[in-house]
Amino acid sequence: MDALLAQVFTGVSAGAVLLLIALGLTLTFGQMGVINMAHGEFIMAGAYTAYVVSLVVASTELSLLIALPAGFVIGGLLGLALEASVLRWMYARPLDTLLVTYGVGLVLQQVARDVFGAPAKEVPAPGWLDGSIPILGYDFPLTRLFIIVLAGLCVAALLAVLRFTALGRQIRATVGNRDLAETIGISTRRTDRATFFIGSGLAGVAGVALTLLGSTGPNLGTSYIVQAFLVVVVGGIGHLKGTIVAALGIGLLQAFFAHALTGSVAQVIVFLAIVAFLQVRPQGILSVRTRSLA
Amino acid sequence: MSMKKLSPYVGWLLLAVALLVLAPAVLSDFRLGLLAKYCCYAIAAVGIGLAWGRGGMLVLGQGLYFGIGAYAMAMHLKLADAGPGGVPDFMALYGDATVPGWWEPLRSGAFAVVVILVLPALVAGLLGLAVFKRRIKGAYFAILSQALAAAFAILLVGQVKTTGGANGLNNFQGFFGYALFDPANKRMLYFIAAGILLVSILAMAWLYRSRFGELLVAVRDGEERVRFLGTDPANVKLAAYVIAAVLASIGGALFVPIAGIVSPDDVGVVASIGLLAGVALGGRASLLGPAVGALLVGYAETSLSEAFPGSWSYFQGALFVLVILLLPGGLAQLLNARRGNSVSSRFLRGVPRGKQAQAELPRSASEAAPEEAAAR
Amino acid sequence: MRTKFSSRILAASSVLALGLTATACGGAKTGDSATGESCVDTSGDTVKIGFLNSLSGTMAISETTVFKSLSMAAEEINADGGVLGKKLEIVSEDGQSEPTVFAEKATKLIQDDCVAAVFGGWTSSSRKAMLPVFEGNDALLFYPVQYEGLESSHNIFYTGATTNQQIIPALDFLKQEKKIESIFLVGSDYVFPRTANKIIKQYAAANGIEVLGEEYQPLGSTDFGTVVDKVKAAGADAVFNTLNGDSNVAFFKEYKGKGLTASAMPVLSVSIAEEEVPGVGVGNLEGQYTAWNYYQTIDSPANKEFVTAFKAANGAKAVTSDPMEAAYTSLYLWKGMVEKADSFAVEDVIDAADGVTYDAPEGTVEVDGENHHIAKTALIGQVNSEGLIDTVWSSDKPIEPDPYLKSYDWWKN
Repeated sequence: MDALLAQVFTGVSAGAVLLLIALGLTLTFGQMGVINMAHGEFIMAGAYTAYVVSLVVASTELSLLIALPAGFVIGGLLGLALEASVLRWMYARPLDTLLVTYGVGLVLQQVARDVFGAPAKEVPAPGWLDGSIPILGYDFPLTRLFIIVLAGLCVAALLAVLRFTALGRQIRATVGNRDLAETIGISTRRTDRATFFIGSGLAGVAGVALTLLGSTGPNLGTSYIVQAFLVVVVGGIGHLKGTIVAALGIGLLQAFFAHALTGSVAQVIVFLAIVAFLQVRPQGILSVRTRSLA
Repeated sequence: MSMKKLSPYVGWLLLAVALLVLAPAVLSDFRLGLLAKYCCYAIAAVGIGLAWGRGGMLVLGQGLYFGIGAYAMAMHLKLADAGPGGVPDFMALYGDATVPGWWEPLRSGAFAVVVILVLPALVAGLLGLAVFKRRIKGAYFAILSQALAAAFAILLVGQVKTTGGANGLNNFQGFFGYALFDPANKRMLYFIAAGILLVSILAMAWLYRSRFGELLVAVRDGEERVRFLGTDPANVKLAAYVIAAVLASIGGALFVPIAGIVSPDDVGVVASIGLLAGVALGGRASLLGPAVGALLVGYAETSLSEAFPGSWSYFQGALFVLVILLLPGGLAQLLNARRGNSVSSRFLRGVPRGKQAQAELPRSASEAAPEEAAAR
Repeated sequence: MRTKFSSRILAASSVLALGLTATACGGAKTGDSATGESCVDTSGDTVKIGFLNSLSGTMAISETTVFKSLSMAAEEINADGGVLGKKLEIVSEDGQSEPTVFAEKATKLIQDDCVAAVFGGWTSSSRKAMLPVFEGNDALLFYPVQYEGLESSHNIFYTGATTNQQIIPALDFLKQEKKIESIFLVGSDYVFPRTANKIIKQYAAANGIEVLGEEYQPLGSTDFGTVVDKVKAAGADAVFNTLNGDSNVAFFKEYKGKGLTASAMPVLSVSIAEEEVPGVGVGNLEGQYTAWNYYQTIDSPANKEFVTAFKAANGAKAVTSDPMEAAYTSLYLWKGMVEKADSFAVEDVIDAADGVTYDAPEGTVEVDGENHHIAKTALIGQVNSEGLIDTVWSSDKPIEPDPYLKSYDWWKN
């Protein structure tokens, strides 16, 4: 029972990490169709933002709280720059964005290596996240709890923006029917940029959060990007709820297999399970009924 | 000679002369060995040209098939080195010095060749059948194939005792009886690789002109229309995908004696995307583009990483961005432009976003409003 | 049109087939002996040597510093008049953290640049990939990192520790000083940890230590929730950690997060050196143990000089570590061998190797001409609050290298 409880907790917190890294992708990939392989490097940029903030802000207690919005802005600005310089010319060829952004990712990695050096950097965790609290007899690390809460907050904030703000309405209108949105006076260019800013900003937030768990180095993004895309695909492209279910599901699956077998085998099994799952439900967990023939 | 008269076959002849006559005459053994390696990538690239350039399937995981061929060949060479009944050196080191049952059949060279040609076809066939019949395409397909390559590499790394793990397999003494230390035999391997590359390009030329080739392009540009005309697009895509897989496997199999090593790094996500670089540069939809591009990228990678150690990432990144952004038709597009043709296919030009519902975007993304989606 | 084209294919294929058969004849068959010919040019007043380190990819984290200390050694030697009166000319190549690239670049350095010796490599896979290249071309490689042993090549000198100079002393320390009765093994999923753990398990069986678990995570993995849960549940007296690179960061953050401490359940790591400590975080590592043959804190004139010079070249914040020191030492050992042989020729250098000594920062080291390893003193260290590592236990005298563990009767491969 204890072992099972530990697996559930580990799975949920792994799922929260997946959710955090995939959340931005549901916007940029799901809503805009851009396959942004540089999303991983935006996560990395978020982590380095946390590092720089920790150098500037003397208090480790505060630096994380400052780094979160800073990471959002840095990630968002990077996304904005990518959108304005490259992607805006490529909306007609969504599949090709994958390779372009992969190239951008390679460059960003090397920039990080040249600017910050190859060795990993330490971002000190604030004292109030030291240690763990017992939940049902299981010592739950506070850092993991923080990430679960943060993932939840990000989802809520994203939903709120999409549902209750003018910008959210414009995004929804543009994604729903671009031509019609233009007709009623929405600047679809501006909406695209805003969407990309938010999606990439969420990657930055994820990067800041990941410094609590792992190392801050140039390869940070590459280790997450394939999984992030799988989460979005399994969830059903463009479905926020699907993404949540998929992230938690994959996290739990991974934790159970890692417990029963080894970490490597668990990863392989999860990947194969996802491939098999998509044979059964090609549209992901949640799908929209459609009359399209495509 | 004006560019107008330069038909693909003249191009093929020029390439043949360059590879078979010029290169062996001017290059040192070491550089010729590198060119042989690029030829292996180019063979895989020719297949990618068929699947991606002609068929519109972004095959992000060709490392899987490259790896199947490479590991089958490497396992055979290790067993051949060990001699009849012998155990490969690394198994004694990491494992319990017994040869696993699934290795045994590969002692036979003939069987190894069969595995190299048939296994990728079977895997690609099964996967393709499931994927294309379910009408999974575009980004879904790309990400799926990438995940498979990733899973394959992780699997290899985890099985130290039977696959050499992250070390991979290396230290091969012979290739079907020929000693690999001998420069003469290395030249032979080069000619085999270059020869197979040239033959595979010819085969593509024939395929592209066949009814199948025309159907494939039709499927790429208008899958639904082909369906309405009474042909199942899934079968057409499946055939192209299988051919691409077999070519990747052949490239991988030749890579092993030429490079002298195969490791999980050669089959994973990064390696798989690396295979696409040359195809994009040369021109994915053209006949010679993928092969020439792969050779060029191989050459560029070697010379740039020698000149600027540690900075190859910048060049590779810039190459992807500039080529895909500015030159979707690759170098072949430049040649075409000089011949007065603009990029004709909407596959390369792209489709205006309003009309994408019928084209590339997965349906749920293009039609579901986010709030609807979120509310579900 | 189509018939015309088919005939072209036919013609072309036959040309090809002819060409292939023409070249296929005359090559050596397997079983013939290899003949490596050296092209090293020693006629001028410089001699070329090669540095082969990963400057990009996942291993750049560690190997960049090795490259820096090698460069420093070369500059020192050149400032001091070079080797046999010839200045060293460095050819540097990037291994890109991939075994295949290491094999290719090693070939290039030997055949194309004609270097007298190559220095570098880090991962087991990079060394295994380069081994046949150096043996096939009869060239020289100096490999500067502790490794899993069970190897000895005519063409490679190993200046890092083999298992009986690092892992076995570490186990002796845990048994004798920490009086442990049980142990948990955590490692990355590749050759070094698996081989190391094979040795540890046999040692444990012979010494009455219970192995309570053995966990492997994929290289580069940062998900240690499950592993640390298992470690905690097992409750062993100590953890033996063979994780590599980034995984250490995630492991120790999780370890601390789940309330495990160095005093209650110490972790002994064999791949965490001074340069990795800041990345993991001093707070997460303080009090934990490491096993190496060199620490920056070693109090000797040779080491003070080394540390000062390295900081002068790379900034006051730069730290020195065991692999960097072993790489630095390897260049001086090669110099010693060349000068003893009075020749740059590979066979002469190898013949002269036995007994060559050097007053390295870690202490005096001596080359074993038989197995090409060097005698080294084992040091167990403890991470202090400044992120440096203090020696807490030492084997006191250099341990003779025994890569195949022939002198340990409990060892059966």
